[in-house]
Amino acid sequence: MTACAQAKAQSDDLAYSRIRILPNGSGVELALCRQCADPICVMNCPAGALTKNAASGVIDWADDKCVGCLLCTAGCAYAGIVYESAVGHVSKCDMCAGDPACVKACPREALELRSARIFNAYADKEDLFCRGLAACHGCNSELLIRHTMRMVGPDAVVAAPPGCIPGMGTVGYNGQTGAKVPIFHSLLTNTATMLAGVKTQYNRVGRDVTAIALAGDGGAADAGFQSLSGAAERNDPILFICVDNEGYMNTGMQSSGVTPYGSWTSTTPVGGEMAGKRTEAKNLPLIMTMHNCSYVATASTAYLEDYYDKLEKAIQVAKTGMAYLHVYAPCPTGWRFPSAMTTHVCRMQVRTNFIALWEYDPSNGLRFTHPVERPEPVANYLNLIGKYRHLSDEQVSHIQRTVDDKIAYLRQLAAMAATRQGAAAH
Amino acid sequence: MRGKYIIVGSSHAALEAAAAIRLIDAEGALAVLTRDERLPYSPTVLPYVVSGRSRPDDVVLRDAAYFRDNAIAFVPNATVASLNPAQSALRLASGETWHYDRLLIASGAAPALPPVAGLADVPFHVLRTMADAVKLRRAIAAAKSAIVLGAGLIGMHAAENMAKAKVAVTIIELQAHALPAYFEPEAAAIIEGVFARNGVRMLMGQTLQSVARRGDGCVATLADGTTIAADLLLVCAGVKPNIGFLDGSGIAVDRGILVDDLMRTSVANIWAAGDVAQARGFWGGKVVNGILPNAVEQGRIAGLGMAADASVKPFAGAVPLNTYSFFGQQAISVGRTGDGLDIEQSRGDGGYRRIALEDGRLVGIATINDFVDAGIMWQLIRRRTDLSAVRSQFIADPKRTGRQLMSQLWR
Repeated sequence: MTACAQAKAQSDDLAYSRIRILPNGSGVELALCRQCADPICVMNCPAGALTKNAASGVIDWADDKCVGCLLCTAGCAYAGIVYESAVGHVSKCDMCAGDPACVKACPREALELRSARIFNAYADKEDLFCRGLAACHGCNSELLIRHTMRMVGPDAVVAAPPGCIPGMGTVGYNGQTGAKVPIFHSLLTNTATMLAGVKTQYNRVGRDVTAIALAGDGGAADAGFQSLSGAAERNDPILFICVDNEGYMNTGMQSSGVTPYGSWTSTTPVGGEMAGKRTEAKNLPLIMTMHNCSYVATASTAYLEDYYDKLEKAIQVAKTGMAYLHVYAPCPTGWRFPSAMTTHVCRMQVRTNFIALWEYDPSNGLRFTHPVERPEPVANYLNLIGKYRHLSDEQVSHIQRTVDDKIAYLRQLAAMAATRQGAAAH
Repeated sequence: MRGKYIIVGSSHAALEAAAAIRLIDAEGALAVLTRDERLPYSPTVLPYVVSGRSRPDDVVLRDAAYFRDNAIAFVPNATVASLNPAQSALRLASGETWHYDRLLIASGAAPALPPVAGLADVPFHVLRTMADAVKLRRAIAAAKSAIVLGAGLIGMHAAENMAKAKVAVTIIELQAHALPAYFEPEAAAIIEGVFARNGVRMLMGQTLQSVARRGDGCVATLADGTTIAADLLLVCAGVKPNIGFLDGSGIAVDRGILVDDLMRTSVANIWAAGDVAQARGFWGGKVVNGILPNAVEQGRIAGLGMAADASVKPFAGAVPLNTYSFFGQQAISVGRTGDGLDIEQSRGDGGYRRIALEDGRLVGIATINDFVDAGIMWQLIRRRTDLSAVRSQFIADPKRTGRQLMSQLWR
């Protein structure tokens, strides 16, 4: 707040700060302009003093047009535009022309700058899936594949083994395809090898295409694993994306090899004998680093900038070698949480370190791309989700321990990589 | 002429409806007809044009490029004379006829003239259009004394401008205190005191009996026999919805056009929104709530409905709301703060605060020189948020407590 008051008014008087921190139970909240897409403050302005800047996304305030009527404050539910008598007019966050003083001043990286960069860069690119895909309400897989193919572009061939992604209609119904690029419905067992073969044929005829697999965790970790492992061992030039919803969700929510310990599924029920899955999930992305892939990374749709960075690298890598992306897809239907909460659930996976966002390549090793130094308790994540509702305190403690162990192991790998790079630099 | 969508009016309700239609239907022929000769502006900004704070050309809400880029035909100088729903036709005063598939009436309101003897025979001003504002600004520059009839928002605002221009101004208000629609007597007394200290003569609870011409100005006679002479008379005795052209159309009207919660009138394919509409009141009944945020919300609902968008949400009901600046001070009122409610009132450091609760829920708040976020108060009222658990904090610090509550509730 001081940094903001200094930047905006060269004052230490916090009345000048345009970001206001509100203690709220155990954490904090912000009274801050959200730079809304449908800004009621702008609609309420009788003087044309507030405008939504189409290029920057920022809601601009014009001092010389403002008449001080305060009707903008009546339109805001976030206290994002407020009046302070010391200031003498309404004020709101202007994003410091894209380089916010508050973000630079925050020592704990609690503030970060998110922008519409992705939207501006990709909104005009063609959506390579048809309209009307029938994904469940709140599913992020549809969001993910539409984003992905916008960046991959039309020179692509897609393999989609049985799973939710074909199930929502991408491979088509009744002789009509759901994608605007060649897409084929591989078997659960042969996706990676079949795609590598198709890519070889395209190479043979001299066409440069991205060969991309959109598979579920069953098609990658279980039935699909032998062909995936083989393709990785050969470093076949394909981009394999595993969309991990922690089970066989479109066939009735059965458990898979990556279903976490304690999860309710239809094959790991909760009753007198069982209290959800008894065994731990295997760590498929880490397993993939032990192959000969050129690039391996994890990603979350709550952190799309991070995903886009990784996808961009993966597309390049897949021209010559194998890139493997493991993207998490919390499933409102199968995990039992409200469909409006998907992105929040994704974010909480990361904030609790239940999943970690990292990337790996053989020469640089493993690197965290969004390290979470002070994670929230994993219970905050588990409590959001119905499939964990039955968990006992012991089970929650057990999950917390495995999360801690897993992150400690990843940190060791990251430290090794850093040491190796330090040594290489000398 | 023909349009899939025709909007009558060009202020906030009309513009938000047009934007909402374009959100859903990028191509359907859309025309905005206005009797004004200018690009869209807000009646709310007019007192600032009178004061010179805003220049007429700087307060345009949408420019020609906007209409071009959004394929909207903006038609100025188009006064609607009559509406014939059987033929889906609007006839303009010019004789031109427009046919519509879906029509929005957002024709706003016009000054209401009180029944004062002699008013028709004296020169007087009103303030509802840009032409009125420009004319009034010129007249103030030439006047030495003025009478403002009506202590509503527009009248008070105009009187302030006159006082700042060294015009000796008298406000005559029929009701017992100023701004009766928004403030209780005690709050109004604070505002009246500020006006009086700035040289404005405040005659509250007075009936203007007659006016007569005197030279270029007038002389007014009150019911108690007092006479006041002035160079300039401004009549700000409220507004009435512009519904005259609907005579014979069959559209149900009361004080304004009666609409349902989706802003539909009683006649198919015709919507109404903004100051002309009489819609659900948050606490029951159907009300004409002539405030800008209300027009914005209703216009959006009407536009989405006209474009047949499935996501349109019904109007939750009008809540009175007012943010008012006077002589560098701020008065805010949201909801209702009248008697018969659970009232907490305080006054300190020059600030005034009155909070009204009902069943532990906020129904109204009025403050003077004690800023609260009107948007957050409006949300707390509309969401019927239970404040029982935080009542004492809220009473002590509604700004901070409101922000804390909303920071959780908006999700």
